[in-house]
Order: sequence, then structure tokens, then C-alpha cells
Amino acid sequence: MAALDIIKIKSLTKRFDELTVLDHISLNVKEGENLVVFGRSGTGKSVLLKCIIGLLEPDEGEIYIKDKNILKLNIKELNEIRRHTSFLFQGAALYDSMSVHENLEFTLIKRKKNTPGEIDEKVHHTLNLVGLEDAIDKMPSELSGGMKKRIGLARAIITEPEIMFYDEPTTGLDPISSKDISELIISLQKDLNMTSIVVTHDLVCAKIIADRAIFLKDGTIAYEGTLNELVRSKDKFLQNFFSTDLIKS
Amino acid sequence: MKLPHHYSKRRLTTSEIIYNFFATLTGITVFNIQFFKDLFLPPYEIREVKKQMNELGIKTFPIVSITGLLIGLVLAMQSQPVFARFGASDFLPGAVAISVVRELGPVITALIFAGRVSSGIGAELGSMRVTEQIDAMEVSGINPFNFLVVTRVVATTFMLPLLTIYVIFIALFGSYFAILLTQGMSFEYYKNAVVQSIEFRDFIPGIAKTFVFGYIVGIVGSYKGYTTTGGTEGVGRASTTSVVVASLLILVFDTILVKLSLMIWPL
Repeated sequence: MAALDIIKIKSLTKRFDELTVLDHISLNVKEGENLVVFGRSGTGKSVLLKCIIGLLEPDEGEIYIKDKNILKLNIKELNEIRRHTSFLFQGAALYDSMSVHENLEFTLIKRKKNTPGEIDEKVHHTLNLVGLEDAIDKMPSELSGGMKKRIGLARAIITEPEIMFYDEPTTGLDPISSKDISELIISLQKDLNMTSIVVTHDLVCAKIIADRAIFLKDGTIAYEGTLNELVRSKDKFLQNFFSTDLIKS
Repeated sequence: MKLPHHYSKRRLTTSEIIYNFFATLTGITVFNIQFFKDLFLPPYEIREVKKQMNELGIKTFPIVSITGLLIGLVLAMQSQPVFARFGASDFLPGAVAISVVRELGPVITALIFAGRVSSGIGAELGSMRVTEQIDAMEVSGINPFNFLVVTRVVATTFMLPLLTIYVIFIALFGSYFAILLTQGMSFEYYKNAVVQSIEFRDFIPGIAKTFVFGYIVGIVGSYKGYTTTGGTEGVGRASTTSVVVASLLILVFDTILVKLSLMIWPL
């Protein structure tokens, strides 16, 4: 049976004053699919993610997550949808005033679905998955960039979301850490059977993660296909974009 | 919430300044309405309120202790020669007590509180905003306004009156110390003079207005922090403007509330 479209975007437009960042974008993401979003800086990749999750309000268009138009939902209904999703921010966005343990348990405590014992167990299990159980009592200021990303990832997956949004998950990391994080993402993806949209410039990360890729240019989806199709394209712009990084296939 | 975001370095046009003014006014109004709406809605973050009471209130005790002591000392030292010149030295404890209870205690405590707490809230929430921590809370389905703003404003509203009562006692102790040194007055005599000179109508308006000052400190810091834009520069601006706006509003509301209290409890 063909997978269902878990995310459907119809004619999405977002403007900031005079500047049109997203111009009538339409996009479907299938359940279990990993979609990578490419584009030059400032082409609206993060804006697209933030519109989908409801952090930014589009000017036009419709966004459906699990067949619900999130733009028509009240905050309570939107939060219900958000229980099925998670977001890994570019800078990890760990809560500064909380320890790693508190960062991870925070959402679970607020959702009141688990007992304190179950929450504690989940925190240890998730930290174990990202290989940072030793950092449980550390504060975010004591963590390196790579550790922050891993803890951010742990905080995102602890709620066992069906849909994950990654905003440049490997930016600022060295190539080895970047590869580690990408492999971690794909292994978690398989274990938890998640759908994901990944915004990245990192071709190694994309190569590990992507089932399909799109390329945003001038507010529209200029190119769409598998990563190989995009990388091997004869289009001059794409050749120029991908020429700086060599992917060994 | 639509907010003014014209923070470029270029000189703003008159229409942009007017737009910014009304946008800020609208933003603050919406923010206040949101506060009262969320205040009565679950979840009630009691644990976080207690934590903020400790962070914002209890940790302010050392600085207000010194301030209170010095207010009492200086006020008595400055007033003593004038009272002595008119042969009214016996009235000095009462005069100092009335000044401290009605005006100096509440206002100076509120200003010190604004300097420490409003800027702190502005910087903390501003930093959380620019590093996407508030967005992270929101996408987890948690109401960040309830968790971050309501808890802080409730904490400041209830902690400032407690701090003020404490400062009043410390200031009275300070003034006794000054009077003891200059006039050699006994503590018993000083205490009786203070108790006889202060009435209910002196104490209640002085303390009641600190609830308003506490609310101002919390809401201004939260508004400035919560709506921060422009990265680290924006955080610095949020912190500084929080203190300036909160201090100014405290003095404006003090004038209004003093007038109001004199209408209710005329001297």
C-alpha cells in the first residue's frame, strides 16, 4: 500500500514587508519519508519549516499535517498536533537555566502522560541513544557544539514524534561530528519510523539522510528529485551549487 | 502580535516613529490582556512561581538591606539639624517614619527592584527569544507565555510588598542609629515616637502601591524580553529599556496613586 501524505502544503506564500520569501509553494511529504530542503542562505528554508510548525503565519496557502489544516486550528488544537511533531533548532535551543536532565524531562512533565519513574527511565534511555548519558547533570553552557546538537536531538525525540523537523542539524560541526549526527538521525529515524524534513547545506548529511530533495530558489521549488538527480543535474545553477562539495557515490 | 521592528541604524521618518509608538502601545496592551487571560487558565505553574520568587525576590534582600539602612541613616542625619534648629528634635523619629513608610521605602525599594529584576527578566527572556528557546517551548505544545511571563509577573507582584515592609523596618533601624549617635535617644522613646506617629492611613497606601510597582517591574521586563529582536544587541537593548521604562512608570504611577490615596484617606 502506498504511503499517505502526512504533510501537504498548498500554495504557501510568506512575505516580510515587501520581500516575498516563499511564493506559492506546494509540497507533499509521505509518511516515513526523509525530505531534504536545499537552497542558498536567505531563500526561506527555515521560514518554510517555521510555517509548517506554526511558528510563523503564512500570508496565503494551506498547510495540512495529518489531514488537519493547521492554519484553521485554535492554539489548543495546534498544540495537539504539535504533540506528534518535534523540531531540532539550528542552535539546539537548549533551555539555559535547566540541566540536561531537566531539558529532556521538561516536555514530558508538562504533558503529564508519564509517571516520574517512567520519565526518568526515558531520559536515561534517550541520552544513551545519543551517547551522552554522562552529561545528564551538566548545564548547557558546559557542553560543546556537537554535544548540544546531540542533546537537542535527544530532547526532540524523547517524546517519540511521528514527524521531525531539522533546521540545519550539522551546521557548525566538524566533518566527523557532522557525519556522526547524520548517522544518528537516520538510525533514530529507522528505529522510531519517523517522517522528517531536514533543512541543510551539508551534502554529506543529505547523502546519509535524504530519500528526496527539493531546492528552493527565488521563493519557489526550483528543483525536485532524488539527491543523485540534483547533484548530477546538467543545470548550471545546480552544478555551481554542488560543485564545492564532492560526494563520492 | 504585530510588533514594531524598525531597529535599523538609519534615521526613522516621522511616520515610522508614530507607527512605532502606536505599535508598541498596542503590543503592551495586548501583552497585559494576555497576562490576565493566562493568569486564570491552567496549568498553574506554582513550582515555577516559587522558584521565581526565590530568584527575583529573596535574592534581592541583600541589596535592599543596604539601601534601607542607608536611607534611614541619611534621612535622619539630614533632618536632625533642621529639627534641632526649630527645637523639634522630639518629632524627628515620627517625621522620618512617615517619610519612610509613605514614600521613600516603597519608591526606593521599587526602583532598586526595577534596576535588578526588570533588567534581569528583560535580558533572560530576550536571550531565550533570540536563541529560539521560547520557540522550542512553543513547538513542544507548551504555553511559553504562561510558563515564563505569568510566573515572573506574579512573583514580582507579590515579592515587592514583602521587600518593602522589610526595607521600612531596616530604614527605621538605620534612622534610630543616626538619632542615637546625634541625640542619644533611647530605643524605647524612639519606638514609642514612631508607633504614635504612624497611622493605618500611612501604612496601607504605602504598601498597597508596591503591588502595582511589582506588577510594573515584572510586566515591563517580560514585555521587553519576550518581544526582543535583533540578536545580542537586541538583548542589551531589552535589558536597558526595561529598567528605564519600569523606573519611569513607577514614578508616574506613584504620583497617580499618591493622589488617589489622599482622596481616599485625606491627611
